[in-house]
Amino acid sequence: MFGNLDFDVIRRALPYLFYEGMTFTLTLTGLAALGGLVFGTALALMRLSGLKLLGRIAGVYVDFMRSLPLVLVIFWFYFLVPYIGQWVTGASRPISVGAFASSLITFIMFEAAYFSEIMRAGIQSISRGQPAAASALGLTYAQTMRYVVLPQAFRNMLPVLITQTIVLFQDTSLVYVLSITDFLGAASKVAQRDGRLVEMYLFAAVVYFTISCIASFGVRRLQARIAIIR
Amino acid sequence: MNYNWNWGIFFQPNPMGTGTYLDMLLSGLVLTLKTAALAWIIALITGSLVGVMRTLPSKGANWFGFAYVEFFRNMPLLVQLFLWFFVLPELLPKGAGTWLKQLPNAPFWTAAIGVGFFMSARVAVQLQAGIGSLPRGQKMAATALGLTTAQGYRYVLLPMAFRIILPPLTSEFLNTIKNTAVAITIGLLELTGQARSMQEFSFQVFEAFTAATILYLLVNAVVVTAMRFLERWVAIPGYITGK
Repeated sequence: MFGNLDFDVIRRALPYLFYEGMTFTLTLTGLAALGGLVFGTALALMRLSGLKLLGRIAGVYVDFMRSLPLVLVIFWFYFLVPYIGQWVTGASRPISVGAFASSLITFIMFEAAYFSEIMRAGIQSISRGQPAAASALGLTYAQTMRYVVLPQAFRNMLPVLITQTIVLFQDTSLVYVLSITDFLGAASKVAQRDGRLVEMYLFAAVVYFTISCIASFGVRRLQARIAIIR
Repeated sequence: MNYNWNWGIFFQPNPMGTGTYLDMLLSGLVLTLKTAALAWIIALITGSLVGVMRTLPSKGANWFGFAYVEFFRNMPLLVQLFLWFFVLPELLPKGAGTWLKQLPNAPFWTAAIGVGFFMSARVAVQLQAGIGSLPRGQKMAATALGLTTAQGYRYVLLPMAFRIILPPLTSEFLNTIKNTAVAITIGLLELTGQARSMQEFSFQVFEAFTAATILYLLVNAVVVTAMRFLERWVAIPGYITGK
């Protein structure tokens, strides 16, 4: 079954797989999680602001993004971003945007919809007395959010946020449809060059599995620690 | 924006000779729904079995359920599809592998099975949570009435648990539909795939993707509405959502 497999092909490809591929995957995951969290929190605040129009806009955005497949959204932004760039900069032709920038924008916009639902739940989990006490102390809305509500919401939702980031880490593999060299893209390029699909895809599966497993194990420990404090 | 809009493109014949571009997209939609339906059947059946195993009073069954869920949850769906599509036929005995590779519609079966097992882990987690949310007394009452473990699950625990987890199951079903788009990577011409090939043939990028987007939104709306009816129909009396 495993008799005629050549596992040396993996060893030879290691530098390429990790320096090129994994670096891209991890950078994209990290920046997209950060951007998605910021934009997602803004969306959650819009929804809970009490201003009907703002809430409606954020709600429609979130529902819209969440009903589309990520692959379709990746294609959308890949073709749309050059035109948006042209519109913003006022250039005469659609500007060329690198693969990294295009996928980063895609994942920030897409993940923000999911992060916003998590942050909304987090903000709603804070008891009413907290913002009431904050305004009794004379804090403005911005100060209340900045110093009282958001730190607690963020802390309560930390395990869920990290779990979502693990999902994001796995989802970044979908940039494969744009022939980008992320970790899976690198593995697939080596696989096709050397005709070693089995070895490379098995190795990619093991790597993704190991990283996600360790991360979700960490989340479980974190959850236990947070549970004791509360 | 200097882009040549041409909304009439949908009524022009496609280069495959299978009617208009609109027919092409609609055939993609049908394939998306077919794949999602088969995947959902697989996900529901195996997911329910594994979810039940995780709640059984048996260490072995618990451990198997745990390992199963971790296995399918910690790998990207795309990688899982590649494993089913490229790796599995090579690892099987020669005859079986060749048979798999020559299967007509191989991308369809692979996508349905791959997405199905990927989603089954999520169904299992939901069902486990549903069973776990029932009061302990339910299981005890079933035992006290002389029901076997299997009967207890069949007549007491599962009918309650499934009705409780109906809302999260709805979103898992919607995820199943969306996840079939990943199968574009193994050559399945579902909705996203057809939109992509329409874009490649006609160069009308935004028309193609707009149409696909609208179709996905429509499917979403239909499923959500249908499930809301189902939820009301099977609501448990006495619960917040009940009659």
